[in-house]
Amino acid sequence: MSIKVITEKCVGCKLCIKTCPFGAIEVINKEAVIDLNKCTLCGACIESCEFDAIVLDKLSPTDMQFPKKFDEYKDIWVFCEQKKGVVQSVAYELLGRGKELADMLGVELCGVLLGENIKEEAYKVIHRGADKVYLVDSNALKHYQDEPYSKVLIQLIKEYKPEIVLSGASSIGRSLISRVAIGVHAGLTADCTGLDIDKKERLLLQTRPAFGGNIMATIICPNHRPQMSTVRHKVMKEAGENKNRKGKIIEKSYDSHTYSSRTRLLDIVEEIEETVNLTEANVIVSGGRGMQSPENFKLIEDLAKALGGAVGASRAAVDSGWKTYSHQVGQTGKTVCPKIYIACGISGQIQHLVGMQSSDIIVAINKDPHAPIFTVATYGIVEDLFEVLPELTRRFKEALKR
Amino acid sequence: MDYLLTEEQIMIRDIARQIAQEKIKPVAAKYDAEGIFPWDIVKIMAASDLCGIYIEEKYGGTGGGVMELVLATEELSRACGGISLAFAATALGTFPIILFGTEEQKQKYLPDIAKGKKLAAFALTEAGAGSDAGAIATTAEKKGDHYVLNGTKQWITNGGEAEVYTVVASTDRSKGARGAAAFIVEKGMKGFEFGKKEDKMGIRASATRELVFTDCKIPKENLLGKEGMGFIVAMKTFDQSRPGVAAQAVGIAQGALDLTVAYMKERKQFGKSISSFQGLQFMLADMATEIEASRALVYACARMLDSGNTKVSKDSAMAKLFASDVAMKVTTNCVQLFGGYGYMRDYPIEKYMRDAKITQIYEGTNQIQRGIIANHLIKETAAK
Amino acid sequence: MVKEDSMNIIVCIKQVPDTTNVRIDPETNTLVRSGVQGIVNPFDMYAIEEAVRLKEKFGGMVTVITMGPPQAQEALREAISLGADEAVLISDRAFAGSDTWATSYTLSRAIRKIGKFDMIICGKQAIDGDTAQVGPGIAAFLDIPQITFVKKIEDIKDSFVCADRMTEEGYDIVESPLPCLITVVKEINEPRLPSLKGKMRAKKAEIKKLDAKDLDADPDSLGLKGSPTKVVKIFTPPPRKGGQILKGEVKDVCGKLVDLLKSDICL
Repeated sequence: MSIKVITEKCVGCKLCIKTCPFGAIEVINKEAVIDLNKCTLCGACIESCEFDAIVLDKLSPTDMQFPKKFDEYKDIWVFCEQKKGVVQSVAYELLGRGKELADMLGVELCGVLLGENIKEEAYKVIHRGADKVYLVDSNALKHYQDEPYSKVLIQLIKEYKPEIVLSGASSIGRSLISRVAIGVHAGLTADCTGLDIDKKERLLLQTRPAFGGNIMATIICPNHRPQMSTVRHKVMKEAGENKNRKGKIIEKSYDSHTYSSRTRLLDIVEEIEETVNLTEANVIVSGGRGMQSPENFKLIEDLAKALGGAVGASRAAVDSGWKTYSHQVGQTGKTVCPKIYIACGISGQIQHLVGMQSSDIIVAINKDPHAPIFTVATYGIVEDLFEVLPELTRRFKEALKR
Repeated sequence: MDYLLTEEQIMIRDIARQIAQEKIKPVAAKYDAEGIFPWDIVKIMAASDLCGIYIEEKYGGTGGGVMELVLATEELSRACGGISLAFAATALGTFPIILFGTEEQKQKYLPDIAKGKKLAAFALTEAGAGSDAGAIATTAEKKGDHYVLNGTKQWITNGGEAEVYTVVASTDRSKGARGAAAFIVEKGMKGFEFGKKEDKMGIRASATRELVFTDCKIPKENLLGKEGMGFIVAMKTFDQSRPGVAAQAVGIAQGALDLTVAYMKERKQFGKSISSFQGLQFMLADMATEIEASRALVYACARMLDSGNTKVSKDSAMAKLFASDVAMKVTTNCVQLFGGYGYMRDYPIEKYMRDAKITQIYEGTNQIQRGIIANHLIKETAAK
Repeated sequence: MVKEDSMNIIVCIKQVPDTTNVRIDPETNTLVRSGVQGIVNPFDMYAIEEAVRLKEKFGGMVTVITMGPPQAQEALREAISLGADEAVLISDRAFAGSDTWATSYTLSRAIRKIGKFDMIICGKQAIDGDTAQVGPGIAAFLDIPQITFVKKIEDIKDSFVCADRMTEEGYDIVESPLPCLITVVKEINEPRLPSLKGKMRAKKAEIKKLDAKDLDADPDSLGLKGSPTKVVKIFTPPPRKGGQILKGEVKDVCGKLVDLLKSDICL
């Protein structure tokens, strides 16, 4: 499989050169030439060519063959992450979409739950749409540890052969599923923003961002099962709860070798955030370089409190030491998608936008009318934030009676 | 322009550029506003082996010379002409030791300076002796195995922060300029105090203080060269260091120009970027050309010095004169091109203009430089 | 058994396009990048720094490796200028088009070839792929324990490492025997700048090269062929359009905004 330029169609416009992130294209004698040593087959140039002169050779027929043994792989699994014995809401989001996907394929939706004394949670998973729950209850699984969880999940997958496995892209999910994917020789696509089904080929279509969100890619896993995906919190909608729903709980247990862990969890430390956890928040008020000093972040905190929201910060503010890294929103910080994101004194460089541009409503407050943040803001206020913030806080307090 | 730098020189320039961009730029405005001495930047420079780029390897440096010093100073000054002085003024204070020090003196002082553990400063100027350096009144009286220093030095860059001071004092006032000597004085020596920190127009991250000597005893081993050589030490030191000041000026001018071009592309008036107005474009072209010319003069001078050529006074005076006048002109024009924003302290450009001014004044005012150049011209003509 | 006074550390790095210069051209709606600069993946800079610090503390050696095209050498040299001792470039046309599975496999084979190690350090994720899968993937192939998202190494003693693993709520304190693999986050340290002596060493350094046959690898597990996941489509997301600018006196503007958002906030 390779990439090539259809020389008859290429006009030498050089648009592909500008687009290639790896500098792999040159125009020689008015024709684009791709240096295969530099090309990583990312496909960005294909999309950019207005003359359709670049093609990725189609997958060869042998690549697209589906061995019969895939008929054994059935059902959609959702790994239901639990902390302190409570299933995390990202699992309910995956069950929501998972049910839709299962219906498209005509298969069952199953939850996978590992922990200690969590049978009650298994019922909740069923209430949220699972037809079955694979439950592994053991003291060894009380808290997440990479090895026992990976070994158990690998065993479950090998025994029950799901065709699709979904998990939250949390700190647990990302560590766990990456390891499991190797153990079952499966394809894994991380941080999916979209999941769909190609019904004809019975393939999961996984869409995810790359290059900091500047490009979207749709990925399939044609020749390996299960097809595995992790999905970020708040990307999908939570499944509704039906307390009358019934389902099957399949309880499994394994030997001590499977439960063994070379690493040891010594302690769990919770760091108290002044306001609500950033990735959970429905409202985020965020400050950037325009706040000018750490003391001024009090204005952000006051507004956040009035709105019942969380405090975010741009990289500039975090690098200046005004807020800790746990508040950082952006490419190298957290990705958030609250209902309302209020950006104060943030210019809106792409690295920040990538972390918050899927918020439902973006409000930008910046005295610089040319700040890039205004190109994505639903509502913009071009005024001095030191005047606007206190006024907004006062008015919201009044309006919301807080 | 391609100055055919060696690989090592390119590395030095790149490291200095990275430090300037990543470490100096974020703090420049704050250190300027609050007059904070950049010890953190000094530490970073030390960790990157930059402090010894003009010092021989056997003393812990990396064995370069004035060219390396110039490259680093220019890059650092692009981000802040005040912060770069912690480095550049140390070089000024170290040259007397490099040029006239005994082996023992070099072994004692150079390694710590090369490693960035200690900073240095040069002290000649006094309240009554600026351009008229011969009028210095600080005395050094020989008493057996030591000298006793009395007097006050004024406006000493790195004063109070440096550990090592090379001080020019008079051992015999009757001999005038021929009765001076240079000494190495260390911070902490009894009788050596500092005056208040000066509140300056620009280069505010640089510390400028008086040095006050009251019966300060310094061992005779700290004499640099011989008695009577004081002004020779000073003049030879200035020959070496003028390209450094010139490089600071080039850096300040370049930094200002870079900011200005970027601003002009963004700023729209009458429906277009102001960078599309020909009158303003001509200003940019003139500034860029003058900066390049001053840079070429500075580099040529630095290379000449490094080749061992000692007949450098006229040329290094030209480099310092030209580069500093260009820096002042360029930064003033840059403020102009920023328009009203250029006058606001919220915007970074006015600082460059404030910083540039000193380069026309210190290390020999530009009037003195002109005098030096003219004198040499006349001497050369007379000789023909 | 490892003596605390000596550590063999392998750091896996990746050369990535400088996405700080990447943006969408609004006219063509395509990705536009200025210059051909490749940079060391930012998270890997923290990995290199941590490895060098451990070496400075305990003695030993830091070997930095990367899988990439020939120009990835620059990334290796940069790592040497920051204190790494040896560098290995794993490069072969056969590796092109590798997804995270094939990449983890290839790197693990290379590590086996390189020999004994006490710790492998990776950055949390690469800013082009953004998957964070390769670190744990390598650990799985090598069958060694892992600690991901490490924000601090508390101690290394008696062949055990104790580290703080970042979680959504705070952090877990986890202990692992050596050898193990860790992935690091930005909070762990402040990477140093290269030193002049480091750069000079990097310039002269000999970079070892490994190609596909050196790895004794299964050819069906390499490159595009060995990648379970395949990209079928690349597209640029529709750009988010700006909305309206609220105009007027500060008081009025605030009032307007409150009216607009009131109902969205009351849930």
